[in-house]
Amino acid sequence: MRNAAAAVAPRGSGRRRGIRTHLPTSPWLFLAPGLLVVGGFSLYPFLSTVAHSFTDARTLRAGRFTGGANYQEMLHDPMFWTGLRNSVLYVLGVVPPLVVLPLLLALLVRRSVPGIAFFRAAFYLPVVASVVVVGLIWVWLLDDRGLINALLEALGFGRARFLSDPWLLLLSAMAVTVWKGLGYYMIIYLAALAQVPRELHEACAVDGAGPVRRFLTVTVPAVRATMVLVAALSAVNAFKVFSEVYLMAGATGGPGGEDTTLVMLVQQAGTGLSGRVGYASALSVVVFVLTLGLMLLVLRANRGEDR
Amino acid sequence: MTGAVGRRRRAAGWSSAARYLLLLAVLALTVGPFLWQLSTSLKGPGEDIYRFPPSLLPRHPTLANYAEVARVIPVWDFALNSLKVAAANVLTNCAGAALAGYALARLRFRGRRVAVAVFVMAMLVPVESIMIAQFMTMRQLQLHDTLLGVVLPGCIGAMNVLLMRNAFAALPYEVEEAAFVDGASAWQRFVRIALPSVKGTLAVVAVFAFMGAWDDFLWPLIVLSDQSKFTLTVGLNYLHGTFADNQRLVAAGSVIAVLPLIVLFAGLQRYFFRGVGEGAVKG
Repeated sequence: MRNAAAAVAPRGSGRRRGIRTHLPTSPWLFLAPGLLVVGGFSLYPFLSTVAHSFTDARTLRAGRFTGGANYQEMLHDPMFWTGLRNSVLYVLGVVPPLVVLPLLLALLVRRSVPGIAFFRAAFYLPVVASVVVVGLIWVWLLDDRGLINALLEALGFGRARFLSDPWLLLLSAMAVTVWKGLGYYMIIYLAALAQVPRELHEACAVDGAGPVRRFLTVTVPAVRATMVLVAALSAVNAFKVFSEVYLMAGATGGPGGEDTTLVMLVQQAGTGLSGRVGYASALSVVVFVLTLGLMLLVLRANRGEDR
Repeated sequence: MTGAVGRRRRAAGWSSAARYLLLLAVLALTVGPFLWQLSTSLKGPGEDIYRFPPSLLPRHPTLANYAEVARVIPVWDFALNSLKVAAANVLTNCAGAALAGYALARLRFRGRRVAVAVFVMAMLVPVESIMIAQFMTMRQLQLHDTLLGVVLPGCIGAMNVLLMRNAFAALPYEVEEAAFVDGASAWQRFVRIALPSVKGTLAVVAVFAFMGAWDDFLWPLIVLSDQSKFTLTVGLNYLHGTFADNQRLVAAGSVIAVLPLIVLFAGLQRYFFRGVGEGAVKG
């Protein structure tokens, strides 16, 4: 008993990271399921994606090494450039509203007034709902004869072809992504706002600053780090967009594939019995590299501004 | 003096009224579309669903569309498939992430940093960039077109492991020291002492695992091809593609898909907001 107690690291040593009071194999038994799943279904597929991208593999046929042929083909594939353009446009269109609007929403639901819990939960509802349900709801609302067009017509604007005009369709999909994401980022902002000291606001109010002034001089600087986080998260997600566009434009990405995105191309190229796994893998590598680059870019920009 | 107080009180009243007005406007924007879909699903064939001005309340509400959607696609089978996938995902994620998270946070061993790095790296790889390789792996394992194949890739999320690690790391060591002195093994300390102390984080992992699996679309779309194995999201997409003309059916199908989640969410939202606000974001 005394020996056992002595084996426990002394109290108060802050650098203590764990208790060595177990069989040497125990940690690995605890970790085995997790490592197996993560290794087998994330890291191994990642390595095999990179390997496949240099081959002409198909779903039912192992590939031969073809060097950079897939990448070369990609550069001459107009669909690749359309997909890349749309994925990039998606980031540009979706990130600014997703950085700003949820912050305003968080300010709106921040104060604890009667019934606020209900409003917070209700604003989160689009996040909870499956993207398929959300997509179908908006397809119905944006239909040529749908509610929004009926409203537009009643207001004298005439009908808009939200789902058949390539540019309007892309914009509509972006609007749906923003609508679905509002609640999610609102929660992140709520957590950040809770950390802003009240005194700052009060001091500023004493100096005679109005709400807009206080928002810009106190709130925004205080949640700046969170804004960068939201920008990074929403940019990465926007770049990988699939479901919204797939549901609203159809599997081929709208008229002439004009609305297709990079991930839609991966899905189209790589699935099915005749799937071109090699080519899809090369596209996947591009998705990975650009996603990572996007993340680093946002984080770097943040660090640069701090100096 | 009294005038100033009255003016201030009136201003406060106005600002609170404006706040509620804004809240209601946003409410209409976020919940309105769901209600419109629900309303459409309850409208019978005699009612013009394209009518303007729109009628939110169906004139003769009917459940016939729900019976009809179940006749044209096996929507209840799809729901059952989704339920199986989601339940399995909750169990494996809670168990697997708790086990791994406990080892990373509370046990000392050689190679721990490497193990942490493996989970962090896995978190950085976007699912979208490995899904074709995952699909090939499933083919090799003969698990493509099975529900097991739908569950496996996400059955222990790296993010959940790191979340659980943070939760365990926040517990004070003293409790476990006492248990060790009493001769408890690592497994006993994990089950009896550590696990009951992280129920909140476990609940967050469970809810996210359920929603993630229930809502997922891209991976089941890739791995499943036989209609009888479709999950609800893939089935809904099929319904939308095949019966696009009958909006009432699509609406009924989407209500079936979203209702269980709303119920789950309404029941657990307390945990949800607390967990999200305190743990997940900082994690």
